[in-house]
Amino acid sequence: SSWWSHVEMGPPDPILGVTEAFKRDTNSKKMNLGVGAYRDDNGKPYVLNCVRKAEAMIASKKMDKEYLPIGGLADFTRASAELALGENSEAFKNGRYVTVQGISGTGSLRIGANFLQRFFKSSRDVYLPKPSWGNHTPIFRDAGLQLQAYRYYDPKTCSLDFSGAMEDISKIPEKSIILLHACAHNPTGVDPRQEQWKELAATVKKRNLMVYFDMAYQGFASGDINRDAWAVRHFIEQGINVLLAQSYAKNMGLYGERVGAFTVICHDAEEAKRVESQLKILVRPMYSNPPMNGARIASAILNTPDLRKEWLVEVKSMADRIISMRTQLVSNLKKEGSSHNWQHITDQIGMFCFTGLKPEQVERLIKEFSIYMTKDGRISVAGVTSGNVGYLAHAIHQVTK
Amino acid sequence: AYRTDESQPWVLPVVKKVEQMIANDNSLNHEYLPILGLPEFRANASRIALGDDSPAIKENRIGSVQSLGGTGALRIGAEFLRRWYNGNNNTATPVYISTPSWENHNSVFVDAGFKDIRTYHYWDAAKRGLDLQGLLDDMEKAPEFSIFILHACAHNPTGTDPTPDQWKQIAAVMKRRFLFPFFDSAYQGFASGSLDKDAWAVRYFVSEGFELFCAQSFSKNFGLYNERVGNLTVVGKDADNVQRVLSQMEKIVRTTWSNPPSQGARIVATTLASPQLFAEWKDNVKTMADRVLLMRSELRSRLESLGTPGTWNHITEQIGMFSFTGLNPKQVEYMIKEKHIYLMASGRINMCGLTTKNLDYVAKSIHEAVTK
Repeated sequence: SSWWSHVEMGPPDPILGVTEAFKRDTNSKKMNLGVGAYRDDNGKPYVLNCVRKAEAMIASKKMDKEYLPIGGLADFTRASAELALGENSEAFKNGRYVTVQGISGTGSLRIGANFLQRFFKSSRDVYLPKPSWGNHTPIFRDAGLQLQAYRYYDPKTCSLDFSGAMEDISKIPEKSIILLHACAHNPTGVDPRQEQWKELAATVKKRNLMVYFDMAYQGFASGDINRDAWAVRHFIEQGINVLLAQSYAKNMGLYGERVGAFTVICHDAEEAKRVESQLKILVRPMYSNPPMNGARIASAILNTPDLRKEWLVEVKSMADRIISMRTQLVSNLKKEGSSHNWQHITDQIGMFCFTGLKPEQVERLIKEFSIYMTKDGRISVAGVTSGNVGYLAHAIHQVTK
Repeated sequence: AYRTDESQPWVLPVVKKVEQMIANDNSLNHEYLPILGLPEFRANASRIALGDDSPAIKENRIGSVQSLGGTGALRIGAEFLRRWYNGNNNTATPVYISTPSWENHNSVFVDAGFKDIRTYHYWDAAKRGLDLQGLLDDMEKAPEFSIFILHACAHNPTGTDPTPDQWKQIAAVMKRRFLFPFFDSAYQGFASGSLDKDAWAVRYFVSEGFELFCAQSFSKNFGLYNERVGNLTVVGKDADNVQRVLSQMEKIVRTTWSNPPSQGARIVATTLASPQLFAEWKDNVKTMADRVLLMRSELRSRLESLGTPGTWNHITEQIGMFSFTGLNPKQVEYMIKEKHIYLMASGRINMCGLTTKNLDYVAKSIHEAVTK
């Protein structure tokens, strides 16, 4: 008999299941709108030019493969902090922050979650927006924290339930942990406007909450890296010492290289040093030190003026293509004769769109049209092209008319 | 980390070649790997540990999880064991780690949630060798179902491994007492120069019918330190059990790093899958192992010629990157302060730090430290 007889089969990953079914489908018109990765207008993965150039630059330097420090590549972490906080940030200039390299967004979130579990004794509760990225809950749970929620998405309007959010947040017990999506909320694509962010910051400050920002789409949401980081920067300027997880999977297309960073804004540089020492103690028994390849690429891009300029242009063009697909989808739905209000498709921002489609309608899209998405009606706009947007609009109209 | 005779880091020639191949392949991109990693890497990595003719592979009862280095593999294994071994979430299961061991072993299992970390006898300082009796006694006394962390070869930090006969005795006790073997294999190929020889213990346990974990690192034997290439090999009773284990490991991976980095895995997979590149790699590995073996024999012969008091055969009998010289703290202090030779307070030296240029100086310094 086996030690593992009692081990249950884990449920299939909800998103991977979509891709698996898509792969098996033989319909030539099939579309995979579950994929959380950018595709070009031919539906192909896109390796950024600045990435290729950075890789060539790195290869020519013939560097060794010695271990990175536990906290990662210093040139990368410094540049990553500056990208998020802004070069004029007082916190950045005074060095009252610590940034460690993390394993993309997930790894960075997990470092922070573990850090909170060990050192944030005021509360075990993490408040997530309803809904949030599916992996947030298990990450915090595995770190030993508890999950709560605040209202966020209004399914009736397919937009932000701001009054609901404000009401819930103002009732969160003091010193609880609150997670906020910095931009391009996943899965809804619904972001607060700047005036709304200001009110959120004031409320969060009044409740003395520990703020944890997840920023996986800086640059990718609006096309402007400063605009996408506005909320994070505003909170810090208001004196809120936030935690921040960054990912370079989407905005640099470095998905499989696992490039990310975890930052703690501290009281001063001395506190930052103490926090850093504890972060290293958390990282060492997880994976010792982070992978070099992606960090070198990201560092080269952020720190080489020409590459950085080129990157900003490429990020904007990815964001612009997404925005144009949103526009085309709405206009195609009108052309199909749909009488529904599809404005939320263009109001929402980032890679994903909460269509508002119900599970039965999603089921029909999959079965009758071979259009694959998650049951909650979320589509990855990145999977839409000028070649298939017409087909998508037609199919959506068929299941909603 | 390995150093050449010029005291430089060494990127293996086969790695440089494969990296160039990867760079020139325009069909490759940076998309996500599956959660459990690159399939070609996983299969080949486990095959390296278990052997081409492994009964476990033939019977389709093995699984692999690509991990962030050996540390990552240990952590995923530890997290899984804490959740699913010896009951559900049984944090009280004792975990035994050798005295001494790599310092990070303790932290990995503590952070994975185990509450009862114990030590087992290993190094006999007096005779400068394995304390087999102490080890076996600890295994006899350990509660049933305890987890034992075993170094597959080139024990870190002592460089002292059980002989095949001693491994057989260890396995017999573990089988009788239902102890779980968790191998840490960070030096396969790098220790003796032979992949098969360095994997003998793991393969023996498999042939004895054990279910086990083996955390593999490709940091040293591929020189891929900062790419974080590792693999957790799972050997189970049958395919069904292994499948369920992997499905749960997938969930653990998803909240730790989601999916592993692709660069290092591609390099290893490409190398292991090509007979020619595989042969080149084995050659590169042998180059590293041979240099270390040469430094060992050169150091020992110098000490014996100098007539340095004590016996020095342990230097060539120990294996791998490290050697427990037997120098005491005062002698170590002398080495550091007076001779500027840096080693651990335990008397552990990294053999890779020795070169043809500094052998004489090191030997003389050891001689002085011992005789003054």
